[in-house]
Amino acid sequence: MTTFAPAATASRLDHQPGGGRPKARKSPYPYWFLIPGGLIFTIFFLVPSVMAFYFSLTRWTLFDQEFIGLDNYVQFFREPALASGLWHTIVYAAVTSGLKVVLGMALAVLLTGPILGRGFMRSVAFFPVLVSTIGVGLTFQVLMHPTKGVINQALDLIGITGPAWLVDPDWALLSVALVDVWQGVGLATVIYMAGILSIPGEYFEAAKVDGAGPWHRFRHVTLPLAKPAGVSVIILSLIGGMRKFDLIWAMTKGGPGFTSDVMASVVYKQYQAGFYGLSTAGNVVLFLLVIVIVLPLFWSFNRSEDTR
Amino acid sequence: MRLVTALAAGTLSLALSACSAGSLGSSDDEGGGKTEITFLTNNDPSNVKVAEAVIAAFEAGNTDVDVKLDTRPQGSEGDNLVKTRLATGDMADVFEYNSGSLLQAIAPQTNLTPVTGEAWVGNLDPTFKQVVSAGTDVYGSPWGAIVGGGIFYNKPLYTRLGLQTPKTWAEFMANNAKIKAAGVAPVEQTYSETWTSQILVLADFHNVAAAQPDFAEKYTNNQAKFATTPQALAGFQHLEELKKAGYWNDDYASAKYNEGLNAVAVGKAGHYPMITFGVPALDTAAPDNVNDVGFFALPGDDASRNGVTLWEPSGIYIPKSTEGDRLTAAKRFQAFIASPEGCAANASAAPVGGPFAVKTCKLPDAVAPAVKDLSAYVDAGAASPALEFLSPIKGPALEQITVEVGSGIRGATDGAKLYDEDVKKQAQQLGIKGW
Repeated sequence: MTTFAPAATASRLDHQPGGGRPKARKSPYPYWFLIPGGLIFTIFFLVPSVMAFYFSLTRWTLFDQEFIGLDNYVQFFREPALASGLWHTIVYAAVTSGLKVVLGMALAVLLTGPILGRGFMRSVAFFPVLVSTIGVGLTFQVLMHPTKGVINQALDLIGITGPAWLVDPDWALLSVALVDVWQGVGLATVIYMAGILSIPGEYFEAAKVDGAGPWHRFRHVTLPLAKPAGVSVIILSLIGGMRKFDLIWAMTKGGPGFTSDVMASVVYKQYQAGFYGLSTAGNVVLFLLVIVIVLPLFWSFNRSEDTR
Repeated sequence: MRLVTALAAGTLSLALSACSAGSLGSSDDEGGGKTEITFLTNNDPSNVKVAEAVIAAFEAGNTDVDVKLDTRPQGSEGDNLVKTRLATGDMADVFEYNSGSLLQAIAPQTNLTPVTGEAWVGNLDPTFKQVVSAGTDVYGSPWGAIVGGGIFYNKPLYTRLGLQTPKTWAEFMANNAKIKAAGVAPVEQTYSETWTSQILVLADFHNVAAAQPDFAEKYTNNQAKFATTPQALAGFQHLEELKKAGYWNDDYASAKYNEGLNAVAVGKAGHYPMITFGVPALDTAAPDNVNDVGFFALPGDDASRNGVTLWEPSGIYIPKSTEGDRLTAAKRFQAFIASPEGCAANASAAPVGGPFAVKTCKLPDAVAPAVKDLSAYVDAGAASPALEFLSPIKGPALEQITVEVGSGIRGATDGAKLYDEDVKKQAQQLGIKGW
């Protein structure tokens, strides 16, 4: 959010000082001071965004373009892959976000507790975040091979016949989501840890004196006071899940067939196929979808924060 | 805006090439005079080997030209690179790219140098000439051989079970039943590499064209559809039928192309639907069993009209951005590739997958049995070019759809309908009339 602060300031100055916002104050800088930031913002962010909206209304190639109004959108919503892609996007975002919230919390409680080699353990939980997503995808593609993969061979040892993971239409999307959780839960854990560690120790002692057991201390002290951290985790992982592409592409390319196609991979395939206008429209739709889902969440969380 | 970028890029590459040519000259005994051109082709290892051999043979006869090899990724990523470099005027002096429908997508009239009047154009196979043309002009010389789509089969297995190569789909299914009874997977599929799933549909086109000679034209004009033309729908139905009969190999969903080639070569599978450009790859997938693999055309309904579907080689093109000395040198290189010496250099570097598209080129005597089988069809005239060479429209999602039909996720008719939708999008993007 901080990245957008200069821009917000700039546009506020353009229009009306203090227009509507409760705590708007005069900028401490003269106008010329805002020019470099404003220039960068305009050239690299504002112009391309506006152009993207325009090009989503055309059928363009690298050599020419034809204005076709809203046809791309009409076509995009008629796309059979889209309905399933949209559904997969939501499932994927919900599953990864949900698991990251729960597992991240559990890990954070563990790693802020009195355990041996805590610093080392914390690093270990964070390591997967640092590894290249494509690398993770390709590695798990090998590990999840239905017959030669380590995972199914291990399951065989204990008498379970594992699913075909990435090549089973029913499991493909879920398999990728699980790998995503493994890779991304470290970040959620770190955010939660920061939240938990910022809770003053007196609260726990007071609760203890009042006779609260460990579950109650977790439920009524840690959970509510780590809520800002929880909100960050939910929003970050939800946005991340909805625009996930690299891991899915590395592992299944949306397959088998279209069974693990999400919005981002549908858009990418359209771009690859040369449907530039259509894929631009798809990106605009994805952008709006993320806003429609995340903005209300953000507002409602913020409101309950203010009233607290 | 774009003109400025193109100019800037052009000047930059000029400056660069001038600089390197100069430095070469000073270190050379002859004191310069060499024209340096770059040749861009895809980075497939066996293709690079061929490119190096062809360049070496060309330079041996043209000592005043220095050809530098540049490679690009294969598939759609390479496509994007080629399109971007053309659009910015930054293309290599000579480059290799698809012929047929994909060539139309790079706007040859705007971006490429026409070579219609060159002497070698007269030696081209007529079908090939047609797929490297746009409007009335010819733009490319052939890179590699003409290959055929159909079925690779294991010859020792056929001998052991006393089977005959089938000419109709019913005979083919009867063979499959016997192979299955013998405990071998009748048909190999390799869906880990999705493009391999399309062969049963694409290579069936000779049968479509045999029954409906004007299908390609009607298809291009939005008058014929896969879902409503029985012969065209048959390709999808074959996939469904084979899956339902349980004729795939067990690991069809996760197997890879090389594993498929190996399976049919060593006899783990009876058949593998493939294009004969797989013959060079057989050399690495199963080096000891190349001679155990035979080839037959995809069987259809009518034994008397059985024939093979052909894929034309990709083309060698010169962009409009190549000028002056470099253009002359590039044209000589392009002509060399369409000469008997060029074909020979090609064949010396890697096994060829089929006959050459140049009339003056001869196949070497020692070719793989599958290639001999293919040549027999071509010599007998029982062959048609694949649909993508007769029509500019090929839907990009076919490989996902055929994976779905072949995996039992989607029915044949539904798959064909979905493909028709995909085709429609492509036609609209290309701006073809009547869509």
